[in-house]
Amino acid sequence: MSTRHTERRKRAALRWGVIGLTLLFFFIPLYGMLEFTTRDLISGGRTGRVWTTLVDVGQVTDRYPALAEGFLASLALALFTVVVMLLLLVPTMTWVRLRLPGLTRTVEFICLLPLTVPAIVLVVGLTPIYAWVSYLLGEGTVWLGLAYVILVLPYAYRSLDAGLRAIDVKTLSEAARSLGASWLRVMWQIVLPNLRTAVLSASFLSVALVLGEFTIANLFSRKNLQVAMYELGKSDGQLSVAVGLASLVFAFVVLFAMSFVGRKEKS
Amino acid sequence: MTATPSPAASARGTEVRLTDLTRVYAGSVRALDGFTLHMAPGEFVALLGPSGCGKTTALRLLAGLEDADGGTIEVGGKDVTSVPTNKRDMGMVFQAYSLFPHMTARQNVEFGLELRRQDKATRHQRAAEMLDLVGLSKQADRFAHQMSGGQQQRVALARALAIEPQVLLLDEPLSALDAKVRSQLRDEIRRIQLEVGTTTLFVTHDQEEALAVADRVGVMNAGRLEQLASPAELYKNPATPFVAEFVGLTNRLRCTVSGGVATVLGGSVPLLAGSAGDGPAVVLIRPEGVEISTAPAGSGSVAGASASVVSASFLGASGKIVARLDASAGGGGELVSVQVDNTDVTAYAPGDRVILSPRGDAALAVAVS
Amino acid sequence: MADRPVLTGTRRALGGFRPSGALAGVVPFFAYTTVFLLIPTIVVVVGAFVDGSGRPTLDNIAALGGSTSSFLPALQHSLVLSVVTAVTGAVIGAVLAYAVSTARPDGMLKRFVTALCGVLAQFGGVALAFAFMATFSLQGFLTVWLTNLGIDTGSSLWLYQWDKGLMLVYLYFQIPLMLIVFLPAVEGIKPQWREATETLGGTTWTYWRRVAGPILMPSFIGATLLLFTNAFSAYATAAALISQASPIVPLQIGGTFTSEVILGQENVGKAMAMAMVVVVALVMWLYAWLDKRASRWLVR
Repeated sequence: MSTRHTERRKRAALRWGVIGLTLLFFFIPLYGMLEFTTRDLISGGRTGRVWTTLVDVGQVTDRYPALAEGFLASLALALFTVVVMLLLLVPTMTWVRLRLPGLTRTVEFICLLPLTVPAIVLVVGLTPIYAWVSYLLGEGTVWLGLAYVILVLPYAYRSLDAGLRAIDVKTLSEAARSLGASWLRVMWQIVLPNLRTAVLSASFLSVALVLGEFTIANLFSRKNLQVAMYELGKSDGQLSVAVGLASLVFAFVVLFAMSFVGRKEKS
Repeated sequence: MTATPSPAASARGTEVRLTDLTRVYAGSVRALDGFTLHMAPGEFVALLGPSGCGKTTALRLLAGLEDADGGTIEVGGKDVTSVPTNKRDMGMVFQAYSLFPHMTARQNVEFGLELRRQDKATRHQRAAEMLDLVGLSKQADRFAHQMSGGQQQRVALARALAIEPQVLLLDEPLSALDAKVRSQLRDEIRRIQLEVGTTTLFVTHDQEEALAVADRVGVMNAGRLEQLASPAELYKNPATPFVAEFVGLTNRLRCTVSGGVATVLGGSVPLLAGSAGDGPAVVLIRPEGVEISTAPAGSGSVAGASASVVSASFLGASGKIVARLDASAGGGGELVSVQVDNTDVTAYAPGDRVILSPRGDAALAVAVS
Repeated sequence: MADRPVLTGTRRALGGFRPSGALAGVVPFFAYTTVFLLIPTIVVVVGAFVDGSGRPTLDNIAALGGSTSSFLPALQHSLVLSVVTAVTGAVIGAVLAYAVSTARPDGMLKRFVTALCGVLAQFGGVALAFAFMATFSLQGFLTVWLTNLGIDTGSSLWLYQWDKGLMLVYLYFQIPLMLIVFLPAVEGIKPQWREATETLGGTTWTYWRRVAGPILMPSFIGATLLLFTNAFSAYATAAALISQASPIVPLQIGGTFTSEVILGQENVGKAMAMAMVVVVALVMWLYAWLDKRASRWLVR
């Protein structure tokens, strides 16, 4: 009678062993960051000075202008990327579903393509494009967002695709059309409200990716959060590590919160 | 327990005794509470009950997929309570999705035989026989996703029977199918069971299914067996109010009991054993236990209760009239379902005045709480 | 069988193809992706075969293989690094995914682990390099701690070598990525399959070898190949960790942006980038081929 019980207990022990060990592996370097940023380099012992500096907006702007600049640039980039991504993807994907189902595979292929083109390769190919962008639009960091849209394409596509699958766009819009709604009204009042969760998760993922982007910004010599952090690492190790840890924690909070948003809508 | 019981032995079927089984979940929920069931060799027993009544738990205990917290399980005279599933020789058909998706129908059926180390030729022949038995010879090389739900369940049945199991266990095998396929497959399961003679335990929440296929039906409630009887017996003489209400559609009507007879709808109904004593009560009368007739014009004194028709529906083989009793001193206003011949449905239209009266079949009465 | 929906879809698209207003709706999307995705890809491929003044040449490719070039060793390092971390990460990540899948589906543990892995897999970059420096460098807490215990960890230079430190850091994002991409496959495993195996007389070993293993194999291989391309393409972590040399291809390509370009070799960076595309394309082709062979039974 106890065979199944012992087996279950053995399985539970294995599960906790595996999860415990990997979590330990994940947390040791994170703890390393925390430990490093709370060291008092002058007198030894512990201090929260690095963290109080980091949350003091005035002081950061004063003493680390590059960091503040990179941070603001990353926020602007995140906003810009999300807006362009949504404007580009939501209408296109809905439209393809409604009127051009034969193009579904083509659009999917293009959207997933960036997964197979390494960012570093994209940078090489984008060099002449960005010469034109700089010429036409100026040197602003925010124009990096045009390339970031490509980077977030696969992730945003998957979220939106899942959202569109969950609602029957075709029937919904046919119903709305039969009641006399224009295409614009169908998009704005029928499709978009029903896609709220998908839009939200696509946006969250995009924000997380943009805030973590380093390759393109670094090689095009634009200053975003990651580049600023990287350069700060050469002069002020502690503060840069603190920024790194804070950004990881922030991204974790965003993703963790997202796991709840998605569920509520489903049930 | 031999790995390959001779066909003769399995054709006779195996006796099964479940004695005083108890199963407790999460410390306090008693899914099974002193459950006892004896199945004769070759018998087809259906366990019927609402979800959470413990019927599936009983089946899983017999399969060895869960451990009993108390009680014993005997199969063919041997105590198998602590024998692991893979040594019990049980053929099981699950609710859905149990076919291995990476194997064809034939490979699925052969799987159990392979585990019994039968040679290739025997396996092929046996699989072909089994697929033929369930009528899927032509689909032998299809994968699960290339078959309909009904076909998948047939393959699952063939796979379970291929190993010539001691007992065939069917865990709501029809519940994921649509109505027509469901009744077809139901009848086919019965045909095949009679053909191979394997003792079978069938778990379902659908009373029609249970009544249609089983030799005996066990109605379960709250981890216990309320009544175990032949379908006809169960329908006619329910032992408890729960059984009366769960098996077949039932009208609940207020009545007065005196001397083993209930007075209701202006007539009297003999009561079954276990009914409430003298006083006000609720009697459980089946739709076919009520008679309906058009109310005569004027105020003739006809025995029965007057009512007006709410709806009349044509149900194929029969018809159903729903009427609302007129308000009276005793209450009234209740809805009563009446079963009629399919040809009589058109005789009644909503709003028609009708007279309802009991046919006089014995029924069960419950004290008003 | 599996191809049929695709065929009808294409046919319908061609049959219904009319230069109507409907097509105008997708013009912005195609225009945008052409400019920022397709043209850059073409630039790389074409650029690899032209010289500074636009004349076709094979010199860029030849330069990669030259005896003074450090490209071939870097390519070798990149391949070894990617294969090792992909396979190791896939195995550990798969076991982790299985362990997590046995937890309560809506439980906190699963949300926590998935969110954490999402961060480490896709967000890390520079911060991960910092994390490892804060832990394993000469002043790192683990090094100090081990030294205090009397264990000598050496010079800590290992952390900055591609086949030691870099591998460890890569595992730090490969394992989480495996969890993210493999968890859905593990969760697709139906409990009925195990129970059916048991009732048919199979042991746990039979179940894994004959049922769960074969069912999961296509997803596992696919995920491993994804991990390979992920490691092969990664730039940020390596750039932040290794500043002295360029032992892997992405760092070498990055180097062409910052270092003085030798006359006549303007497009060597593009040749290297194209080499990367070729490797990734080969892996994708391999994946498609394996997928087609191994998964006739998959629902499409």
